[in-house]
Amino acid sequence: MAKFAKKKDGDLPAVSTASLPDIVFMLLFFFMTVTTMKDSSLLVENTLPNATEIKKLEKKDRVIYIYVGKPTQEYQKVFGTEPKIQLNDKFASVEEVGSYILAERAKKPQELQNVLTTALKVDRDANMGLIADIKQQLREVNALKVNYTTYEGNAFNNLQ
Amino acid sequence: MVRNNEVPEVNAGSMADIAFLLLIFFLVTTTIQTDVGLDRKLPPKDTTPPLPVNERNIFRVSLNKNNELWIESDLRKIEDLKSEAIAFLDNGGNPISNENHCSYCQGNASSSASDNPQKAIISFASDREATYGMYVMVQNELTAAYNELRNREAQRLFGRDFVEMERAYFDAKTKAKEKIELKKNIYQIRNMYPMNLSEAKTNMNL
Repeated sequence: MAKFAKKKDGDLPAVSTASLPDIVFMLLFFFMTVTTMKDSSLLVENTLPNATEIKKLEKKDRVIYIYVGKPTQEYQKVFGTEPKIQLNDKFASVEEVGSYILAERAKKPQELQNVLTTALKVDRDANMGLIADIKQQLREVNALKVNYTTYEGNAFNNLQ
Repeated sequence: MVRNNEVPEVNAGSMADIAFLLLIFFLVTTTIQTDVGLDRKLPPKDTTPPLPVNERNIFRVSLNKNNELWIESDLRKIEDLKSEAIAFLDNGGNPISNENHCSYCQGNASSSASDNPQKAIISFASDREATYGMYVMVQNELTAAYNELRNREAQRLFGRDFVEMERAYFDAKTKAKEKIELKKNIYQIRNMYPMNLSEAKTNMNL
């Protein structure tokens, strides 16, 4: 009977933590896949308008982004409060849009160069004159597919 | 009294289960954010000189610098835009005897609106001072008008919404064979109500 009498009172066996790294790795991979890298920090205010009749902008490798809006608080002293264009990480003038599109297009693989879309991420308070100028620039370089990026939501909220 | 001074070790065996639970919860709830928006195609740089278009086939929408919406020559509310656009597009003004008669239109064949949807052009002009939010709202309402008409015809012919058909077509999970069929149907509907949305300057011939 001595075989069974070894039981110590209330002492639990230590839990193996060997699987803990696996769990942490799994979480890590999860966050790695879910998060999208933010490739440029915003220098402009960017409250997009709402729309309901929207389409998804898939295949991120085929998209060139142009941001428009008034400079954020910290840049307002230098650049004023008039809406500005942001290309990559810096402010740009309207004339630079064309060459920016051409440069971005040249970076893409050959087979994608004809199917690129230009996503216009424009603040809802920006005025149309600037957008019209950008569109004219896009036409000059034959970048005709545009997407007015919006939030999904009731469009009538744009009035406020 | 017997006292156990040793602090008992906390059982951490269920930690993994908790972690899994959290993992699954996040997997289910997070949607990977994709950008959404309104797709448009700009006209090419050198356009051919415009053909004269009958005035009744042009629906003029414009935004002035105070963000006010004008339809034809009246100041209107944005809420009316969609129904006005539908009434214009779906008018079907050509008589039955005419070869361009629109057999599927349900409008009231008024003589001041479009002959048939293929000819109908919506001309949208916006002032440089108008805001982008308002511009997108107008674009959204006009798209909604087209989508409503296209949905109606798609329901009639194929028993499903046009918007849904387009989504299925762009979905990577749809089979290639199904896509061929969808493409054909989508083109058919698009031909019935082509989106002729012009932002160019149109001259009024008086």
